[in-house]
Amino acid sequence: MRNIFLFIRRFFNLLLFLALQGLAIYILVNYNKTHQAFFAEKANEVTGVINEKYNNVEYYFQLKKTNESLAAQNAMLLNQQRTSFENADTAKQIKIDSLLKDTLGLVRKYNFLVAKVVNNSVNEENNYITMHRGAQQGVKNGMAVLGPDGIAGRVILVSDNYSRVMSLLNHKSKVSAMLKRGFYSGIADWDGKDPQYIQLRGIPKSAQVKKGDTVLTSNLSGSFPPGLMVGTVSGISSDPSTSFYILNIKTATNFFTLQYAFLTDNLLGAEQQQLEAQTPKD
Amino acid sequence: MSSLLKNIIRFIFFILVQAFVLDKVPPLHQYVKPIFYFLFILWLPFSINRSWQMIIAFAFGLCMDYFSGTPGLHAIPCLLIAYLRPFLLSILLPRETTEVSYAEPSIKSLGAVPYGVYILLLTFIHHSCLVMIEWLQFGDFVFFIGKVAASTGISLLLIFVTEMLFPRKAKFRTNAA
Repeated sequence: MRNIFLFIRRFFNLLLFLALQGLAIYILVNYNKTHQAFFAEKANEVTGVINEKYNNVEYYFQLKKTNESLAAQNAMLLNQQRTSFENADTAKQIKIDSLLKDTLGLVRKYNFLVAKVVNNSVNEENNYITMHRGAQQGVKNGMAVLGPDGIAGRVILVSDNYSRVMSLLNHKSKVSAMLKRGFYSGIADWDGKDPQYIQLRGIPKSAQVKKGDTVLTSNLSGSFPPGLMVGTVSGISSDPSTSFYILNIKTATNFFTLQYAFLTDNLLGAEQQQLEAQTPKD
Repeated sequence: MSSLLKNIIRFIFFILVQAFVLDKVPPLHQYVKPIFYFLFILWLPFSINRSWQMIIAFAFGLCMDYFSGTPGLHAIPCLLIAYLRPFLLSILLPRETTEVSYAEPSIKSLGAVPYGVYILLLTFIHHSCLVMIEWLQFGDFVFFIGKVAASTGISLLLIFVTEMLFPRKAKFRTNAA
């Protein structure tokens, strides 16, 4: 027994080093698996407050670009409004109500929350965004995040007032996307090289792809509503080992100037996942 | 200003500078990433107990991690350089003085060449460890070599500029005190 104590006293520093290193590795591995490490929620709340203070200053430098993109989005939405269209029969007026359940029998599938981006990184290997909306405002894990110009990422961690978003510029981010021309769908991920470009894999070589083609979210994109802008094709290279293309996509979202984003959730997604989980495995 | 207060201010300052200035710089290239915060650990006073050095370094790295988004990523290399620091210092410290007469490592207390070696080695170890963790998750060997070399270069440049801009008054401690 005495020898053990002597041993511990002699190698105390080494043992402390190994213990702390073990703890650090545990935090890292655990976080990479589940995005939940100890203090992660509390720390998110604290860093969120500091980030918000910083963003209050930074925000002014981006005001012009933010205004432009929000105005462009407003114009697009106005164009989609029912009142922008002339009805063939002018005697009949269409009224739109805001009931959860539409009288036409429509069921709301996506609900949008607006949120301010308070922190955003682009030059890490794995980039994250912090948004000033949290569990108290109805944010849940796995919600999709859209910028004014296109999709931006997915919520991975929620605290009371802030949420952490895994941006598209993250090695672990995988979003199902499709080519607008021909509806070929593949998986969009990031290779870590340039924050303006992501890669779309799994498009067969039989597809007719041209530079400048639009890439949209597909029906398989989980919490992302289908048909949202992901980006445009800027480079085509074929993977020699498989019969698929690797397409370089210029992201529609400008991650350098992102100031506002919308959070959305597939309200019917839980039912879909439940059904998929029940699939018999044999 | 007491040494404790000075180091608390440095702790906050280095994290804020890294999180809100250097991490916001538009990326030049995938390999070139300005990393500078770990200078806090290199500047810790000589007099701190080795165990405390490691605990401070661990807490410092973890604080940095919560700002950058991946808990544990910076804590591991910070802890490693805090553990290796005393060994390196015992080799590099001038032999003539038996007890340490300056408060913390600087050009004055170690001499220009040993201080340069001290900074270079620990920067290299820190970056190798940091990039290695990233490398294990993704990337290839060219990524590892390129990123360590490029980031070490830019960090040394930043440390050199900092030493020029903020000359630290190295207090000589007499035995009378």
